[in-house]
Amino acid sequence: MTKLVYFAWVRERIGKSEENVSLPAGIETLADLLSWLRGRGEEYESALLRPEVIRVAIDKEHVGHGDAIGGAREIALFPPMTGG
Amino acid sequence: MTAAPVPVIRIQAEDFDVAAEIARLTEGNADVGAVVTFTGLCRDEGGRLAALELEHYPGMAEAEICRIAAEAMRRWPLLGLTAIHRHGMIPPGDDIVLVVAASTHRQAAFEAASFLMDFLKSRAPFWKKEHRADGFEGSWVDAREADDQAALRWRRR
Repeated sequence: MTKLVYFAWVRERIGKSEENVSLPAGIETLADLLSWLRGRGEEYESALLRPEVIRVAIDKEHVGHGDAIGGAREIALFPPMTGG
Repeated sequence: MTAAPVPVIRIQAEDFDVAAEIARLTEGNADVGAVVTFTGLCRDEGGRLAALELEHYPGMAEAEICRIAAEAMRRWPLLGLTAIHRHGMIPPGDDIVLVVAASTHRQAAFEAASFLMDFLKSRAPFWKKEHRADGFEGSWVDAREADDQAALRWRRR
């Protein structure tokens, strides 16, 4: 199982802050994960409508969409950051 | 020559005391000849906002600011570096973020404080949601292209 965590408007649109999922075979990169998630329902489709703006972190470090999921324990999806 | 100081990074709901944070870096360290502080505050946007709600990714917020601070320590000869970022509901006029950089001469402290803020804005996992004064549902603040550009200027040529 892989833990997915969501923040800000990604969290609001999906309607939950985290969930555990079993990734199907063939999901190798973050881009694969995003496109698989979009097919899981309207709320995911609405959160991930423009996947290119979604930022991703694996085990609390920024990664790119083309990076491999590997042995990730926790994958976070969130909008561009607006702190400071 | 003492060992390089360890940056102080705190993510907290409560406010901070700027004078106390400066004193933490200067007391007992007479090599410090320059301290630069940056404080970011919540604006009311012309009366439109009742508050900003700061959401963060616990664990990653600290880790990411630590990574940025470690890079600043490598780039400049700093004698101390502190970053404090608040989360939760913050009304206009209240503090959001503090950076304190101490060095022997001013340039390192100025540049390191600016560097830390530029990267913190584009890489530290915090998100601002507006709470409107008129009671209507507020929206999430959009990231600014200018903030990404500000971080790019530190790229080494």
